[in-house]
Amino acid sequence: MRRLLVLTLAVSILVTAVAAAGPVAATASAPTGSSGTTITLMTHDSFNVSKSVMRQFTKETGVKVDVLPSGDAGAAVNQAILTKSNPLGDVFFGVDNTLLSRALDEGLFIPYRSPELDHISKDLQLDPRNRVSPVDTGDVCLNFDRKYFAKKKLSAPKTLDDLTKPQYKGLLVVENPATSSPGLAFLLATVAKFGPDGWRAYWEKLRNNDVKVVDGWEQAYNTEFSGSAGKGDYPLVVSYASSPPAEVVNAHPAPSQPPTGALLDTCFRQIEFVGVMKGTAHEKAAKKLVDFMLSDRFQRDMPLQMYVFPARDGTKLPTAFVKFAKVAPSPFTLPPDEIARNRDQWIDEWTNTVVR
Amino acid sequence: MHASGVHTSPSARIDRRRVARGLLLAVPLAFLGVFFVYPVASIIGRGLTPGGTLDLSPLGAVVTDPHLRDVAWFTIWQATVSTALTVLVALPGAYVFARYEFRGERLVRAAVLVPFVLPTVVVGSAFLALLGEGGPLGFLGLDQSLAAILLAHVFFNYAVVVLIVGGLWSHLDPRQEDAARVLGAGRWQTFRAVTMPSLRPAIAAAAAIVFLFTFTSFGVILILGGPGYSTLETEIYRQTVQFLDLPQAAALSIVQLAAVVAVLLVAGRAQGRRAQALRLRASAETSRRARTAGERTMVGVNLALMAVLLGGPIAVLVQRSFDTAGGYGFGFYRALSELRRTSTVFVPPIEAVRNSVVFASIATVIALVIGGLAAFAVVGPGRRAEPARGLDTLLLLPLGVSAVTIGFGFLIALDRPPFDLRGSPALIPIAHALVAAPFVARVMIPVLRSIDERLREAAAVLGAPPGRVWREIDLPIVARAMLVAAGFAFAISLGEFGATIFIARPDYPTLPVVIFRLLGQPGPLNFGAAMAASVILMAVTAAAIFAIERFRFADIGEF
Repeated sequence: MRRLLVLTLAVSILVTAVAAAGPVAATASAPTGSSGTTITLMTHDSFNVSKSVMRQFTKETGVKVDVLPSGDAGAAVNQAILTKSNPLGDVFFGVDNTLLSRALDEGLFIPYRSPELDHISKDLQLDPRNRVSPVDTGDVCLNFDRKYFAKKKLSAPKTLDDLTKPQYKGLLVVENPATSSPGLAFLLATVAKFGPDGWRAYWEKLRNNDVKVVDGWEQAYNTEFSGSAGKGDYPLVVSYASSPPAEVVNAHPAPSQPPTGALLDTCFRQIEFVGVMKGTAHEKAAKKLVDFMLSDRFQRDMPLQMYVFPARDGTKLPTAFVKFAKVAPSPFTLPPDEIARNRDQWIDEWTNTVVR
Repeated sequence: MHASGVHTSPSARIDRRRVARGLLLAVPLAFLGVFFVYPVASIIGRGLTPGGTLDLSPLGAVVTDPHLRDVAWFTIWQATVSTALTVLVALPGAYVFARYEFRGERLVRAAVLVPFVLPTVVVGSAFLALLGEGGPLGFLGLDQSLAAILLAHVFFNYAVVVLIVGGLWSHLDPRQEDAARVLGAGRWQTFRAVTMPSLRPAIAAAAAIVFLFTFTSFGVILILGGPGYSTLETEIYRQTVQFLDLPQAAALSIVQLAAVVAVLLVAGRAQGRRAQALRLRASAETSRRARTAGERTMVGVNLALMAVLLGGPIAVLVQRSFDTAGGYGFGFYRALSELRRTSTVFVPPIEAVRNSVVFASIATVIALVIGGLAAFAVVGPGRRAEPARGLDTLLLLPLGVSAVTIGFGFLIALDRPPFDLRGSPALIPIAHALVAAPFVARVMIPVLRSIDERLREAAAVLGAPPGRVWREIDLPIVARAMLVAAGFAFAISLGEFGATIFIARPDYPTLPVVIFRLLGQPGPLNFGAAMAASVILMAVTAAAIFAIERFRFADIGEF
């Protein structure tokens, strides 16, 4: 009896003590001693940057940055929309071209033309009013397991049409576009290729060729795909053009060649944007962060942190990217407003065609 | 109010009981009001008033849409079957833990809670390794099937039934059963006529929790069921997180709430008005070593079942965490403290463990206070008045409402002082406590109900004030249940259940967050390190539960 009370008391004291000491993980990564403004960077869970790079930003501008990861890209944008009357952050990083129109229509951002935009290709600048600026690109492409195709003495497929051929039956795993952003990008690639009237027929053929659909990228790539760590049963998977170099960088011992390759004629180009959030109380500091993210220092850091390609022209790429990451010569794209108008309907039709 | 004194009149005593009950009720009600009812009402309200005026048409559309009706029906159906299966599989396990002593019992008891904390995506990968086409059980063809969903639900919820039912069972006086046997009743008849009625409130409590968990199951449906299956929960997730179709999400949430309330009311009725008073014994007195061959088989079969069902997927994870490119070794564990060391998302593993343990401790304390007070309010002093019964149901509701609805509700409701919790670390333990508090209450209520009211009355007649009655009669008996409840609360928080995974949160990386981040990047080192982090999460869980168990033994010996 008394022991229980003592125990309760002891636990409470312990908890209070530890709580007061606080989990310091977040502050550990932020530079200390800065007396300037602190701004919040709202972003998706995949955001990542070198500590030294952020430290440099704070040193140069006196502005501290708190990162607020907010779920996957779709969840983060939707939370920003939901809270736009009382925004959660000052800068938003990571709205992509599949979500851009919705974000712009909802008035999430204020226009800002960063001087750094002069160094970024006009093709990527999708908003004429500069409410958002392109910050990186990534190609969603089919990846294949080199070992599997070598062992079977089968040539890997090249085009989307190849995937419906009998020799590739039961070899492809894709993500559900309703729950996964690369899954949606791959669906959009097929829409771009076969047109708004033809893509369903294509997916029917894929279905007849035993395409497997799973919930998300983690499951598809890590568990079902035979070319990576999970050693699954499917030698073809929807992933990124930057996945093969990651297979070299994130392996010990590092292989001389990636065990996987990207099929560059199957890619959909995702462009990620950054923008100053409407309602920010720190507009000046927020603009500085946007400038910094478009500058060479930040852009150079991105490839190995987030496995994306810098948007800025002439940015020096890391060796692994130069050697193993290919950029699709003519990726599929669709105008953001067309995506915004049809996205939900396409997903519904896809669901009816492929899984029901 | 009457002055308190030695000679209190009966009416004064009743008044004081009312006040005590009111105070007990106030705290959990306030907590649920602020952190559950208000956010959920806000997000549903926003969905139903798209242009500023009330529009109920989406609700009508949901109710009449044949596809969504199928979804609602499947949701209830799979949850019912999953619950029945879990109870059936776990009851013998509860019996073994309650009635027999065997070597390593405490370790096994701590280990059964381990599945509870594992992220679904990790368990999913282990299940797929076993059930997928190339796996040892691939021939069963269970990959992306209903059977895989049900199996995973049993895997995750086995501990709920074993610990809640086993907790009460271990206090039942075995001499009642012995008496029945002596009088000529068979084993089955004894179980049905003697044991079962006593256990009913605990079984009902456990079943209600398992039902709600499987009713709102999310990752299991998406990952193990595949795209062919959808439930109300996955639809609400899609409509909210992917499409931001708040009217549709609100309509689905209302349907979900209605279904949950209906099921809870039916279950409440089935459970009976009140559990009978039982003669409770210290658990040490009720369990012993298995003696006959039959008893040993019983223990052995159940342990074997646990080893296969719970141990199989866990063994896959452990094996993978050591299976590096250069043979078996600690390479992935080292990678945990080396990978992306220079980047902002890096957190040393020990710090992730610390963050997890701190949040779990705070969530456990909150859940014990809220759930404990609620349990005493429902059953406690002057329990013949029944206004607190509703609280029992209300407290369970957070388990039956979509985590997305609660999470997004937090965002729009708790955005101004005094409850400006957006971006605050306090959000995390509060969200976890919301899920854990009903566990605490449900674990404690059956035990509290079974306390013989005459004991309390006797103490009161002998002059003990209500506080003393509670301290001397209720608390010692309920202490064990509280520790079981604390274990659950801790495990729930460690596993990062609840609303937090869907919403913006400050960057205090816990172990599950580390696991998710590693799995989000390609490359064998990331995957291996994620497996290593999962193994560490399991070890931390088992150690914490084991520690809690130790306290529990120290206490129960006394009563």
